[in-house]
Amino acid sequence: MVDRVLVPYALLVWAWCRAAAQYPVSLMLLTLALLGAIGSELVALLFVFGHTEALGGFTLAEALLVYGLAVTSFRTADLLLGNIERLGEHIRDGSFDVMLVRPVAPLVQLATDGFSLRRVGAVVPGVVALAVGLASAGVAWTAGRVAVLAVLLASGTALCCAVWLAGACLQFFVAEARQLAHSVTYGGQALTEYPLSIYPRAVVRAVTFVVPLAFVSYQPALYLLDRPDPLGLWPGLRHLCPAVAVLGCVLAALAWRAGLRHYRSTGS
Amino acid sequence: MEPVVDARGLGRDFVRTTGPLLRRRRERVNAVHDVTFSVAPGEIVGYLGPNGAGKSTTMKMLTGVLTPTRGRLRVCGLEPARHRTRLAARVGVVFGQRTTLWWDLPLRDSLALTRHLYRVDAATHSARLAELVDLLDLGPFLGTPVRQLSLGQRMRGDLAAALLHDPGLLVLDEPTIGLDVVSKSAIRGFLLRRNAERGTTILLTTHDLGDVERLCRRVVVIDHGRLVFDGGLDGLRATAPTPRVLVVDLAAPADPVEVAGARTVRVEGPRQWLELSANPAEVIAALSRSHAVADLTLREPGIEDVVARLYARGRGAEAPAPGGTAD
Amino acid sequence: MRVFCAVFALGLRRHSTYRAATLSAIVVNCVFGVVNALVLLAVFDARPRINGYTAADAVTQVFVAQALIGVTAIFGPPLDVGGRVRDGSVAADLLRPVDPLLWWLAQDLGRAVFGLLVRSVPTFASGAVLFALPLPADPLRWAVLLASAVLAALVGFGLRHLYALSAFWLGDSRGVESVGWLLGPFCSGMLLPLTLFPDAAAAVLRLLPWAALVQVPAEVFLGRADAAGGLLHQALWAAALLALGAVLGSRARRRVVVQGG
Repeated sequence: MVDRVLVPYALLVWAWCRAAAQYPVSLMLLTLALLGAIGSELVALLFVFGHTEALGGFTLAEALLVYGLAVTSFRTADLLLGNIERLGEHIRDGSFDVMLVRPVAPLVQLATDGFSLRRVGAVVPGVVALAVGLASAGVAWTAGRVAVLAVLLASGTALCCAVWLAGACLQFFVAEARQLAHSVTYGGQALTEYPLSIYPRAVVRAVTFVVPLAFVSYQPALYLLDRPDPLGLWPGLRHLCPAVAVLGCVLAALAWRAGLRHYRSTGS
Repeated sequence: MEPVVDARGLGRDFVRTTGPLLRRRRERVNAVHDVTFSVAPGEIVGYLGPNGAGKSTTMKMLTGVLTPTRGRLRVCGLEPARHRTRLAARVGVVFGQRTTLWWDLPLRDSLALTRHLYRVDAATHSARLAELVDLLDLGPFLGTPVRQLSLGQRMRGDLAAALLHDPGLLVLDEPTIGLDVVSKSAIRGFLLRRNAERGTTILLTTHDLGDVERLCRRVVVIDHGRLVFDGGLDGLRATAPTPRVLVVDLAAPADPVEVAGARTVRVEGPRQWLELSANPAEVIAALSRSHAVADLTLREPGIEDVVARLYARGRGAEAPAPGGTAD
Repeated sequence: MRVFCAVFALGLRRHSTYRAATLSAIVVNCVFGVVNALVLLAVFDARPRINGYTAADAVTQVFVAQALIGVTAIFGPPLDVGGRVRDGSVAADLLRPVDPLLWWLAQDLGRAVFGLLVRSVPTFASGAVLFALPLPADPLRWAVLLASAVLAALVGFGLRHLYALSAFWLGDSRGVESVGWLLGPFCSGMLLPLTLFPDAAAAVLRLLPWAALVQVPAEVFLGRADAAGGLLHQALWAAALLALGAVLGSRARRRVVVQGG
């Protein structure tokens, strides 16, 4: 697995980064622009808390924690896998067939094709918010808690990757699915940037049990803050984050294999 | 010796939905039907057929991109549909109409990426790259982004990328399409040399009969999904006997000549084209007696004429005609 | 004038072929509208009245913003003026008997009007239905909204034209366009209504052209701002941006002609 997936992935990413590094000024500018764009969402959140002490029972510090977890996980997933949403493009212009003819898994090739280092810029506001939120939300820090934070970030990122992958798979079946998938991926991310307790029950249920993005930011935040859930959902949910991430990845991988099998048996 | 390509009874169906939105019909289209042929190591085989004949479909099945509906297929000893990635390490593929290189990167970077994909170690890579750069004359444009390359340059780049991992089989899908004469000649020369020096088996689909005449000792012709011929070029001529043509320049424009053993098929001013069914010497003698002849040329049927005749026979030919001297 | 109309129709027709893409765009706009609206409803739950806005006002602005995304092209697509210089097809532009700026403007307005009819209306309608928005009965208000939308399209074009012209001097317009896509949603009141910004920030941003893209149309529609004043703000910025674009454009083209592209 390491040899056939991680090594090719790393090699390809390295090659793409070297190519991009030939235009350092452009790379720097685009990274900063992206950082600013995502950062402006953070500024909006701060403005919102200028008008109210708490939102959905969460203070500013706690909300920053939720936001930080959501953005860091999502934007890291975007950095790692974001390009796979161009699957439809590749199928249409024949370059997906070219990928199938190479001895590396097409998913690895898709993920690394046109790898853009500037997406690192988008992760920065998330990390900043996360750091500030953790510092000021009164979390009791132990070595164990730090380890848990790392696990929760990893599982959140994995879950976002799974949702990205599932969204991309749709393009095997429906050519126009790319934009529609955005309503789930980007839409879901926008939703989970804020504490779920502000939304109606139906929305919360959809984001917890259907597309489980609640396990990226909200449930992990509840765990780290060790506080009761204003929604009154079962407190055990917050311990399930890694398990949900694993399940999500398995399902997404199965969807990918099904899509690939479909593509190879129907032609395009 | 184990054949490099072994296809038996290969078949591929497609389901096409046709008709307006509310009355969709699904029909089963037979793109490839009962194709059987094999390619021995070191051969150069041309895979010909009119548009829509099933050439690309066959190539896709050979490379594992498409799974066959029926039949048995082994390439380099592996089943392409099941062992696609393993097979990919042993086969080099060039698509004529779609580059395998990365559009926005310089050629050099594309080749570096390809090397990583095929896990060629640095030392071997630099030696092979140097050789390919030399043979294909890539030096002048190694630093140019692929999107700025001319078609001929890009094709040479694609060939280099396909050979970086020294595959035993090279599959080329319309490699000379759209190229100028000089580029075509360069590429054909390179392929011949590669085959002679390294014994690389080459399978190419092409519309360009110049490719066939220059490169292929053996051709497989497919039409409407069925194999209609498999053998050497001489055998191909024998299968679709095409008459020689005598091009006569008369002293002055005249009515179509009538000579025994010849049939006038075209007249343009003083020039007339005669299809011969008898000994040319007799026809020329008879012609000289009845007309004032300024000049004449005897034309052998080109491969284009032979293949066109073969295509025109269409579904008529059931079993593949035995070749003359199949290698 | 006839040429202008012909090019306008061309722009309209070009975009009418992308039916599936338009449908997906409507869905995505609605989803984002809903998410934004829900967040704002939570804020107004805590404070029912902020700087003169009610919850209904804020949600209405959210859907005006989503409806205008297509019209103002606030997220792109960028004009490929720069690209045409690089590959030389700008020569074809220069040979046409129409001023290049008007040519681009006419095409873009065709695109914007198509977007207005096919994308904006369903998006706004969905929002109005989902959130039971109280809509004004006065037809004058709707007319003002329409006028404001058209002016917003002009301002949007003006901005994008300037972004694209930067390619002539910077070699590539991508950097400037990225900054534009950052400033656009934030400064226009799309990400968050300017009404909810701190007073100082809001006062400054209200003067800038980006406010003309979303904040002004929303406010004149809601009756929270003087309609004449708002439309004037938009018109002035549209004129200024187009004039600047014309000047810089001709200077850029002269540069191309002199240097040979």
